[in-house]
Amino acid sequence: MTRIGRRFEDLRKAGRTGFVAYITAGDPDLNTTHQVVLELDRRGVDVLELGVPFSDPLADGPVIQEASQRALAAGATLEGVLSMVAELRVETEIPIVLFTYYNPIHRYGVACFVKRAADVGVDGVLMLDLPPEEGGDYKAQMDEHGLDTIFLMTPTTRDDRMGLIASHTRGFVYYVSRTGVTGERDSLADEIQSKVSAICQYTDMPIAVGFGISTPEHVSEIARYADAVVVGSAIVRRVGEYQNDVDLVSKVGAFVGSLIGPLREGV
Amino acid sequence: MAVNASDLPDARGHFGPYGGQYVPETLMALLEDLEAAYREAKRDPEFWAELDRYLCEYVGRPTPLYFAERLTEELGGPKIYLKREDLAHTGAHKINHAMGQILLANRMGKTRIIAETGAGQHGVATATVAAMFGLKCEIYMGVEDMERQALNVFRMRLLGAKVTGVHSGSKTLKDAINEAIRDWVTNVEDTFYIFGSVLGPHPYPMIVRDFQRVIGVETRAQILEREGRLPDVLVACVGGGSNSIGLFHAFLDDADVQMIGVEAGGHGIESGEHAARFNGGDLGVLHGARIYVLQDDDGQIALTHSVSAGLDYSGVGPEHCYLRDMARTTYTYATDEEALSAFELLSHTEGIIPALESSHAIAHVCKLAPEMSREQIVVVNLSGRGDKDVQQAARFMEGVR
Repeated sequence: MTRIGRRFEDLRKAGRTGFVAYITAGDPDLNTTHQVVLELDRRGVDVLELGVPFSDPLADGPVIQEASQRALAAGATLEGVLSMVAELRVETEIPIVLFTYYNPIHRYGVACFVKRAADVGVDGVLMLDLPPEEGGDYKAQMDEHGLDTIFLMTPTTRDDRMGLIASHTRGFVYYVSRTGVTGERDSLADEIQSKVSAICQYTDMPIAVGFGISTPEHVSEIARYADAVVVGSAIVRRVGEYQNDVDLVSKVGAFVGSLIGPLREGV
Repeated sequence: MAVNASDLPDARGHFGPYGGQYVPETLMALLEDLEAAYREAKRDPEFWAELDRYLCEYVGRPTPLYFAERLTEELGGPKIYLKREDLAHTGAHKINHAMGQILLANRMGKTRIIAETGAGQHGVATATVAAMFGLKCEIYMGVEDMERQALNVFRMRLLGAKVTGVHSGSKTLKDAINEAIRDWVTNVEDTFYIFGSVLGPHPYPMIVRDFQRVIGVETRAQILEREGRLPDVLVACVGGGSNSIGLFHAFLDDADVQMIGVEAGGHGIESGEHAARFNGGDLGVLHGARIYVLQDDDGQIALTHSVSAGLDYSGVGPEHCYLRDMARTTYTYATDEEALSAFELLSHTEGIIPALESSHAIAHVCKLAPEMSREQIVVVNLSGRGDKDVQQAARFMEGVR
């Protein structure tokens, strides 16, 4: 079992909903990302999703597109991100999921990537544009190295596909709560709860819900029926805003703390 | 060598190791619906009868196969025929697949049309068929392309389409595709994405090819009637690869017909500023398919350059990748300068102003002709007309001279 599995087990025992934070690795530079990760760990983030920057992020909205551009301009590479994880592992045991598009992995070589990811201490990988149908080789490599393969389900995923996706998934199921790209929204999508219930028919794995979740109120709402809540763009936007601020790390930490607050009240 | 063309792609959309469906999960159901609708339409004679009627009465098909006598004399080699896709309504071959796809959209009950465009020809074709059927239409176009193809932007707006400029990345075709996909992922219920080339996730490379195949089917009949035999060589430019696959496909089983695709050599391969994926690219995954891609060592998609916006793209269609592996087709490139010379040459000798894209194919014929005999026959796909390019060409020519 990976750190992800153990963390969800702890959460279940404690009767708590998990908090998953997404940040783009290398924005504004890898050193800052390293510090932000340690801060998020201190603030109680349960699982960290580390976005590997890509030139053509077609599932992302403007906030993460711009973060990827900043990271690439600052010289971030897949190898650089993996090396940073190796360095982080000296200081933290926070579960880490790499959140990436397929081409950088394809270019690196799937087998080389999986081996290296396992070596540096990555726990799971979420490949945005690699559905289970195309991911057989990747899945086999990941299984062999004991890493979690996280696949997405979305509002357009029909019941007959849920079983297929669940059978390929390890760690947790990521439910994309709305059609569309990543980004903050004023309100939550309809029917999240019923879709989460439907997914439960196909798997015992924890279900994390993300996309468009931006405020403590959204977090509280999702926590009523999901095992974990994912927040990305709302955090990434602040990393962008505080780029030239010496207090970037603590300010991002404080914001994430405010999101986690509702999950910890009464515990 | 002949390949069994009718078998491809396989059930999961693969052409050998190429193609497939590398897309976010949200799109999987949409692609499944699209494929089911297309397979049903494909079996329905009424669908094809309706398409044929529009191609004949609205698009102006069949387009002529024209013997370019003065160009043939000028080059002193084989007989050169031009397949006149530039004479199709809207001035390029893009209308063939736009018409096919909008009939499919109608069958599926979709009410909103989106598309990406590079040179603007696909955008104009899409805006045209959307106007014709009274459907809402939004076209995504890189702002750099909007500048160099201002005439087409005006045409699309005149046709009632909303043209949305894309400011991200290289501000050209690949970024326009990213943005169109983002729109499609968001508006899944009512929107049909009319794809502009034999690119993207399955079933698009198959659907676009099937709708473009008419080019080669007509050419084959026309040359047999005119010459009593098949041509020796087919030449077409390759951006994503829709006009070239359209010309080639009906000839794949004719082992003696050689097929050459011409990519954009830009400022030359050594300069690094080009869009010749088969001369400097390698296997990658872009916009939903496993294809040849220009990329850096870290798997970031490279910026491309070509004087022609329609060829200025980092990837090339999966079927081309496969046919090349099978040694059924070959690929070369022409530089910006060679294309511009060909642009002038065809204008002077034949009174036909070709699109800068098609000028790349003409440029290769200029190199090929001296090595061929007068008895041989070459067919070039004149995929579009050059009216849209005259300002861009004038600027470039002034700069060079």
